[in-house]
Amino acid sequence: MMKKLKRTTVYSLLAALLFLAFLYWLDANRLSQGMLISILQKGAILALVATSMNLLNGFTGLFSLGQAGFMSIGAYTTAILIIPARSLDGVYYMNGVHPAIMHLRLLMAQSPPFLQTIYPFIALLLGGALAAVIALLVGLAVLRLKSDYLAIATLGLSEIVRAIFSSPQFDQITNGSYGLNKIPNFPPMLFGLIPSLITPFIITGVSIAFIVLLINSSYGRAFKAIREDEIAAEAMGISLYKHKEMSFVISSFFSAVAGGMLAMYMRSIEAKTFSITLTYDILLIVVIGGIGSVTGSVVGAFLVTAAKEWWLRFFDQPLTLFGVDIPLFRTGFRMVIFSILLMIVVLIYRRGLFGTNEFSWAGLAKRLGLKRANKKEAAQ
Amino acid sequence: MSMTTILQHCLTGISLGGAYALIAIGYTLVYGILRLINFAHGDIFMMAGYFMIFSLASFPWPVAILITLVVTTVMGIAIERVAYKPLREAPRMSIMISAIGVSYLLQNLSTYLFTAIPRGYPEIPFLKRIFRVGELSASFVTVLTPILTIILVMVLMTLINRTKTGMAMRAVSKDFETAKLMGININGIVSVTFAIGSLLAAVGSILYFTDRMSVTPFSGTLPGLKCFVAAVFGGIGNIPGAVVGGFFIGIVETLLVALGYSTFSDAFTFLLLIVMLLVRPTGLFGEKTVEKV
Repeated sequence: MMKKLKRTTVYSLLAALLFLAFLYWLDANRLSQGMLISILQKGAILALVATSMNLLNGFTGLFSLGQAGFMSIGAYTTAILIIPARSLDGVYYMNGVHPAIMHLRLLMAQSPPFLQTIYPFIALLLGGALAAVIALLVGLAVLRLKSDYLAIATLGLSEIVRAIFSSPQFDQITNGSYGLNKIPNFPPMLFGLIPSLITPFIITGVSIAFIVLLINSSYGRAFKAIREDEIAAEAMGISLYKHKEMSFVISSFFSAVAGGMLAMYMRSIEAKTFSITLTYDILLIVVIGGIGSVTGSVVGAFLVTAAKEWWLRFFDQPLTLFGVDIPLFRTGFRMVIFSILLMIVVLIYRRGLFGTNEFSWAGLAKRLGLKRANKKEAAQ
Repeated sequence: MSMTTILQHCLTGISLGGAYALIAIGYTLVYGILRLINFAHGDIFMMAGYFMIFSLASFPWPVAILITLVVTTVMGIAIERVAYKPLREAPRMSIMISAIGVSYLLQNLSTYLFTAIPRGYPEIPFLKRIFRVGELSASFVTVLTPILTIILVMVLMTLINRTKTGMAMRAVSKDFETAKLMGININGIVSVTFAIGSLLAAVGSILYFTDRMSVTPFSGTLPGLKCFVAAVFGGIGNIPGAVVGGFFIGIVETLLVALGYSTFSDAFTFLLLIVMLLVRPTGLFGEKTVEKV
């Protein structure tokens, strides 16, 4: 048993190292691989949001549609905190910047260099923390609701957040409907040892590892018990309120961190970015990957991002085959194909790519039909 | 604000509320029978707008209105048959996801077919005629909307309370399984429900878009969600409740816009929803339900 465990750990470490080496290779060739880099980064960010949504929807059975709202809290907090002081006047050219933000940025500019290097990460964490506090307060009220009522209430919550961010009353902070731009890119980590290109992968990796550990802990088992049967779970002594609230707060925290990363990735954000459509997009990733599978969410995020932004691109271009114009191919066709694929998954392959299964080396070996693995299993 | 301005805004609000009420009925009927938030309902409403644009381009208005109503109704039934019927035994979450998927598909499909650029909504001359009463002025559609809404609701109530189909609908909404055992054709009743809901959404769409001049693939999302809130506010499954909810939200929204809080008018609707769900989860006129173990 010990030996087997070690072997799988070695495999996992090797896979992680290979991926890391690949990322360093990408960093070296970042000029020629722009498309791939941009898709992988966006995929990593969406993987984190999808996993956090899955924690709530797939593992705790709380059907929440508020992800975009919490992402926008993270994105705006991070963006406001990290836009450089010299760019602030340019960003808030319409209404002027709130003096408190200006003071904070000027103060930061004089702080010791060490603080300045970790400052973007503090900003991400603060965004997450703000979202977590809001989730805690809102959860007190909203989590009493059941299934579809919860869905529509959280959807409403995300719309309320969006309305607040785009309202003229907060112009000096959120820049109203103009949105924020000139947001710096991802910061490098470990004094430049990890280049800025790789940072989002590290943050996503650490966060997802935390979520996986949580799901496999006794809390995670309580979440699953609540998902299966609330009343039975309560009868077994699981505090519904405590665990639902915990799942909601943690999910919101990581959504907001991902939102902050999205702000760094896109370099400019506006309230419109975080509309209901964004939540739907993430829900679709979770569904395609499999509700209740972290592996599914991660794979789904990369697949969906690559398919939408890259592989299905050709559907949007006019196509001529053998001198005949194929009439269907024009702007927007890609999304139609994508929606139809999605409906097929929803209606026919209801379990998605992974169902509720997780990735494991033994499972992979079984899939590939490796005889050795089968023999070993038979021997056990 | 002078009295006239307030009255003027109230009139606009009542008109908007009438359209909302018609859409909200679709939500409340479907929820009553399938326990499903039909997220695609707002997009059916949007599609009805496009149908009207295209049919009015080549037919006189009475024919165009008829075509719009029929095509929208057929589309509503077809969506139920394709996307919801196969999931009848599945968990509620799957069917809700399917509804979101349909909404996504309709939006992308209409973006593809009609592009995302707003399309001008054709004017039907007699609907746009301006009336003046004292200092108040209103187009005919503003006056027509609430009246038509009330008439349609009364017809619908008669249908539900007096006819055999209506009785079957009430039975299915009370208890799905037992109704099935009593020999009610469940699929037929669900189709009728979707037909009525889509038909009313099409009427609502004509009234709503005549006042708003243009349609985009996304112009159904927000009204759709607001009308769902209206249905919850009035007590989901309750038709007069949905109508009251629709009018209430329409009027308050118009007044908020008039007071200069236009960005908050959407937020208000959802705040109302959350407060309502916490204070009185069954809505204004909803029946109390007991959770059975």
